[in-house]
Amino acid sequence: MSTVWLVVLVVGLATVALKATGPVLLGGRELPARVAGVVGLLAPVLLAALVVTQTVGGDYELVLDARLAGVGAGAAAIAARAPLPAVVVVAALATALARLIA
Amino acid sequence: MGVAAPLVMSATTFAGSAQFAVSSILGGAGGAAAAIAAAVLLNARYAPISISVAPLFRGPRLRRLLEAQLIVDESWALAARGGRFDRRILLGAGLLLYVSWVSGTAVGALVGDALGDPKDFGLDGAFPALFLALLVPQLRAPRAATAALVGAAIALALIPVTPPGTAIVVASAACLLGLGRRP
Repeated sequence: MSTVWLVVLVVGLATVALKATGPVLLGGRELPARVAGVVGLLAPVLLAALVVTQTVGGDYELVLDARLAGVGAGAAAIAARAPLPAVVVVAALATALARLIA
Repeated sequence: MGVAAPLVMSATTFAGSAQFAVSSILGGAGGAAAAIAAAVLLNARYAPISISVAPLFRGPRLRRLLEAQLIVDESWALAARGGRFDRRILLGAGLLLYVSWVSGTAVGALVGDALGDPKDFGLDGAFPALFLALLVPQLRAPRAATAALVGAAIALALIPVTPPGTAIVVASAACLLGLGRRP
């Protein structure tokens, strides 16, 4: 088997298993209150971590680039109560513009 | 990587960052082990992410396993509605994204370079803004705001010293703040 296919197969199987963790092991029933309290915080925590890693994340370094301008413009749109699609478009435009200027 | 391998990868892995990592490592000088390690670390976040939506999945085990494959950052984030998750949005958005992703991969693998660099369109700045917009409504409860802040701080601190993907997984430990008294 070629290297490419080996990687595709192993990563595919691992990802299928990772995504199935919650639904297969814990699905189909209500969670106990204590567990639900913890799981309920996963959404804000993971969203916040995604915002950070996708805005300034690099390969073993913090990278301050055009993404920061995009997220800043997006934050301004959020503060102005713009609808979700508008926030995304504003952020994309600001990122592309900042990259063009830089 | 040719045409078939990226298509199979989009159909099974269905997670952008891990796929981009694999293609850049294999396209460079990296070997299979490095590519697998990077991709699995990048996708490790799907363990906590899938646990957060576990109660939405019902029925036989195989059905839960298959439906769970529609969990991807964007479908999961869109389904988060003020402390709860919406099953129809998760699976509906997931299916739409899945079809777009696989067909987009086919287009990319066939005409590729003619499309230009997605960075030119600012897409890499649009995704974190999307996640931010979906995060804000979640922060009304003081405990959620504190946990989000702690998670963000952990991620920020770990990015320079850990392999890509690890920071998010460790940051998810901030949800243990939910072990305390109910508000």
